[in-house]
Amino acid sequence: MSAGMNNARMPRNVQLALAVIALAVLPFMVSAGLGNTWLRVLDFALLYVMLALGLNIVVGFAGLLDLGYIAFYAVGAYVYALLASPHFGLHWPVWAILPLGALAACGFGVVLGAPTLRLRGDYLAIVTLGFGEIVRIFMNNLNAPVNITNGPKGIASIDPIQVGGHALAQPLEIFGVTVPALVLTYYFFLALALLVMLAGLRLQNSRIGRAWAAIREDEMAAKACGINTRNIKLLAFAMGASFGGLAGGLFASFQEFVSPESFSLMESIMVLCMVVLGGMGHIPGVILGALVLTVLPEAFRHGAGPVQQAVFGQVLVDPENLRMLLFGLALVAVMLYRPSGLWPDPRHRQEFNSR
Amino acid sequence: MVVPYKPYGQLALLVLCLPPYRIIRGVDIFLQQVANGLTLGSIYALVALGYTLVYGILGLINFAHGEVVMVGALTALAASKFLLAAALPPAVVFVLAFLLAAAVCMALGIVIERIAYRPLRNAPRLAPLITAIGVSIILQQLAMMLWGRSYHAMPQLLPEMAFALGGVQITVIQLVIIGVAGLTMAALLVLVNRTRLGRAMRATAESPSIAALMGVDANRIIVLAFLIGSALAALAGMLVASNYGIAHYNMGFMLGLKAFTAAVLGGIGNLAGAVVGGLLLGVIEALGAGYIGDLTGGVLGSQYQDVFAFFVLIGVLVLRPAGLLGERVAERA
Repeated sequence: MSAGMNNARMPRNVQLALAVIALAVLPFMVSAGLGNTWLRVLDFALLYVMLALGLNIVVGFAGLLDLGYIAFYAVGAYVYALLASPHFGLHWPVWAILPLGALAACGFGVVLGAPTLRLRGDYLAIVTLGFGEIVRIFMNNLNAPVNITNGPKGIASIDPIQVGGHALAQPLEIFGVTVPALVLTYYFFLALALLVMLAGLRLQNSRIGRAWAAIREDEMAAKACGINTRNIKLLAFAMGASFGGLAGGLFASFQEFVSPESFSLMESIMVLCMVVLGGMGHIPGVILGALVLTVLPEAFRHGAGPVQQAVFGQVLVDPENLRMLLFGLALVAVMLYRPSGLWPDPRHRQEFNSR
Repeated sequence: MVVPYKPYGQLALLVLCLPPYRIIRGVDIFLQQVANGLTLGSIYALVALGYTLVYGILGLINFAHGEVVMVGALTALAASKFLLAAALPPAVVFVLAFLLAAAVCMALGIVIERIAYRPLRNAPRLAPLITAIGVSIILQQLAMMLWGRSYHAMPQLLPEMAFALGGVQITVIQLVIIGVAGLTMAALLVLVNRTRLGRAMRATAESPSIAALMGVDANRIIVLAFLIGSALAALAGMLVASNYGIAHYNMGFMLGLKAFTAAVLGGIGNLAGAVVGGLLLGVIEALGAGYIGDLTGGVLGSQYQDVFAFFVLIGVLVLRPAGLLGERVAERA
C-alpha cells in the first residue's frame, strides 16, 4: 500500500514514528510560520480529506458517479446543528450526535441509492445532482410553516465539540504548555481522518472492496460471478454517505454556524475534483488531491494580491477572481497532463492503458 | 441517435397538463402558465440540443455548455448596446447582435473542444468532466472580470406589446422565442435526418471507427457538433436575456443544469428527446411553481420550483432509465 511506495531502506516502524512526529508537530510549525489563518485552513483540509475519502468509496471504488455528495455532508452538519444549538434548545453530547449524523446521512444514502440503482453513468450523475439540489433547497426553505432549519439565515452558535469535559474551542493547558484551540481541533480531526482512511484501506482490500472493483470494471460480469450488485452498490452509497455525514457534523461544530449556502453544487464538484485530481480509487492520491485543492486556492487567495502589488505596483485583478481563474486553469492543466490523476493507483494505470 | 417516433413525451405532457379540476382556478391562468412554460421550455430545448448533440457523438457531458450560453447572452447584450448607440433600427440590431454572439460562441466552442476535450478522447471517463468543470470556472471568472458582478439590463429590441389570445397574454418576445426556437429545431432535425452531413453525424454517433472507415472525418463532425451547439447556445442566451431583460455572469450555471436535466429527461443523445424534454421541463416548472401553493394548502411555495423539476426528473428516470425517448442502451461502460 502507501508504505510500500516508500524507500525500503528505512524500517517500517521508524517511518511510522517519523510520520507521527511530523503530523504532531505540523500544526505548531504552521501556526508559528504562517499564522492561525493557515492553521484553520489545515483543519478544513482534514475535513475535506474525510469528505474526499468518503466520496472515493462511491466514485473510486464502486465507480458510481455521484454529483450530489455534499448533501450527505449537509445532513450531518444539520443533524449536529439541530441537536446542539440554542435553535431548539437541545445540547446533546457530541458522542451521541456524531454517530447519529453519520447514521442519518447513511439513511439518506440508502434513500438516494435505492431508486437509482438501475441507472448508470451519466444518468446517475444527474439524478444525484438533482438530489443534492433538492436537499439544499429544502434546507433553504424549511423555515416555514414550521421553522426547522431557520432557512437561508442558517443556524448559529452551535456547541463546539467537547472531549472529556473540555471544549475544543478553548485552549488547553497540559504540563504548563498551552495548546491552542485550533491545534486541539487539528488533532481531533486528524484522528478521525486517519480512522476514515484506515476504514477505506481495510474496505478496499476486503471482499466488499473487491466486489466494488468488480462492479466498477464490469457490472454484468460481476453479477454473473454471483455478486449481489444491488446490495453492494447500496452499501457503497451508505458507507460513503456516512463518512460524509461524520465530516458534516465536525464542520458544523468547527464553524459553529451552518447555512444552506455551504452546501451548493459547487462544493460537490469540488470534492469530486479532489477525488479525480488525486487519483480515483487510490487512497493516498485522494488525500493528496484533497490537500492540494484546499491549500492551493487559499494560497492563491493570500498570494494573489501582494504578488500583483509587487510585480505591477497595483492590484490589477481582484484576488478572489484570480484565485478561481487559476483554480480552473489548474484543473484543466492537471487533467491534460495527468488524466488519471496526480497519484493514480499503479494497478489502475495499467487498466487504463490497456484499454 | 434518432429513434422512431414514440409518443411517450407527448403523452406525459398531456397527463401533466391535466391536473385535477379543483386546483385549476381558471382555465386562463392555467393556459397562461402553459404559455410561460413553453417559452421557458423553448430556451431549455435550445440549450439541451447542444448537450445532446455533443453527447450523441462523443458520449461526453459538455459541462461548460451553460457558460457558453452566458457568454452568448452577455455578448449579445454588449453588441446590442453598441449597435443601438450607432442608431440602427432595433430589428436589425437584434439580428446583428445574434450573429455576433453566435460567432463568438462558435469560436469559443471550437477552442473548448480543442483544448479541453480532444486531448482526452481516450482518457478515463471522468477526466474530460473535470476539464469541463475547469473550463466552466474559467469562463465564469473571465466574464466576471469583463462584465463585473452586477446584473446588466438587456436593451428592449422588440416591441413591448402583448397579444391577448383567448384570455392569455403573450408578449412579442415570447412569440419570437417560441417561433425562432421551433424553426431552429426543425431545421436541425432536417439537417440531421435528411442531409448527407446529417448522415455522417448519425454514423459517427453510431460508431466513430466504422464511420471513419466509410470516409467520414470524425474530427470534422465533432467540431461541427460543437459549432452547432454553440450557435444554439448563443441564440438561447440572447433569447433568455431578452425575455427577462437581464444578463449576469452567473446565469449560465443553473440554466445549463436545467437544460442538461431536460436533455436527460428526453433521453440524452436524442435530438427529438431534447426538444420534448426541454418543453416538458419548462411547462412542468411553470405549472409546478404556479400551483404548488394551492396543491399543498400554502405549505410549500413557488420557491420549490427547482425541486419540482428534479423530482420529475428522478421519477422519470426511475421508471424509464433511458429517458422518455431514449433508446434502451444495454451496456455502456
